[in-house]
Amino acid sequence: MNLVLLFPSSSFALMHKRDAGRKGALGLKKFALLLTLMLLASSGWAKEAAPVAEDPEIERRMIALSEDLRCLVCQNESLAGSRADFANDLRREIREQMQANKSDKEIVDFLVARYGDFVLYNPPVKPTTVFLWFGPFIFLIIGAVILFVYLKRRRNQIEEPVLSEQQRKQAEALLKESKGNNA
Amino acid sequence: MMRFLLPLAAFIVLVGFLLVGLNLNPRQVPSPLIGKPAPDFQLEQLHESEKTLTSKENLGKVWLLNVWASWCVSCRQEHPVLVELAKSGIVPVYGLNYKDERDLALQWLRQFGDPYTVSVRDPEGRTGIDFGVYGVPETYVIDKNGVIRYKQIGPVTVEALETKILPLVKELQG
Repeated sequence: MNLVLLFPSSSFALMHKRDAGRKGALGLKKFALLLTLMLLASSGWAKEAAPVAEDPEIERRMIALSEDLRCLVCQNESLAGSRADFANDLRREIREQMQANKSDKEIVDFLVARYGDFVLYNPPVKPTTVFLWFGPFIFLIIGAVILFVYLKRRRNQIEEPVLSEQQRKQAEALLKESKGNNA
Repeated sequence: MMRFLLPLAAFIVLVGFLLVGLNLNPRQVPSPLIGKPAPDFQLEQLHESEKTLTSKENLGKVWLLNVWASWCVSCRQEHPVLVELAKSGIVPVYGLNYKDERDLALQWLRQFGDPYTVSVRDPEGRTGIDFGVYGVPETYVIDKNGVIRYKQIGPVTVEALETKILPLVKELQG
């Protein structure tokens, strides 16, 4: 029993099985005590949750801004969604700058000055990002041109063959003949 | 003939893109701070916590700033290289002890050797943010005018030292 009390996190099912094998079910009083202890223990853990920022307005702005920023450690995550230590530090930095009444643009400029355009999920159009922005459209146009040329050539290939005079007469004769047969 | 050449050409272009892509390392984000003055800092020294070091104190000499931490595994990998470099006396290495605890950091240096002229402490990683640090280790080459000239992301290997860092240091010291 003492052993079980030392580990309130171990599941009730486990304790129950172990005790049942020895001397039947737990006494109701003991069970109630145990349950209380377990509940107390779990409320103790709840305190370890991350502290909520003091100002919900700043927290909302911080999250909105960091949704569009890349976490450099886990590069497919946004700064808002990442649990990396580094993302935590940058969120703290953003929060503090917001408390100091900096505008969103000033904060983004601060981060870009240190980490480059790579932190932005929505980078500005510049010589280095032209291909990133317009590359897909260039490929789309190339694809459309290839498709157009291909279809046009194909249409030329399957153009209806023109019948010569002799072939036309032959066909007419064949048609007449089949009509005569049907009648 | 064109029927075969065109898809082949397209395939070769595609392979070219993929090959380049394979050799890129997305972890190595180019730093916008290269060619810019190193950020100012005034930080507590690791060994003598009553003393500080400012970035201005190193004006007039070429120096390396190595970002390290006792919890950082790759730092162990590069550490012998830094110790050797410090012994050679070619260029002073300063340490930025990043998000670490003083006791652990000191113990780490006792255990593996201390290549640093001075190590300063950045327990909350604020100076790290100013330098654009996003992982440890990182090493900066800073010139006589206090301008960052190169950033090594990840451990300093013998190869990186010989092909990039030392030639650059010699040129800057020139």
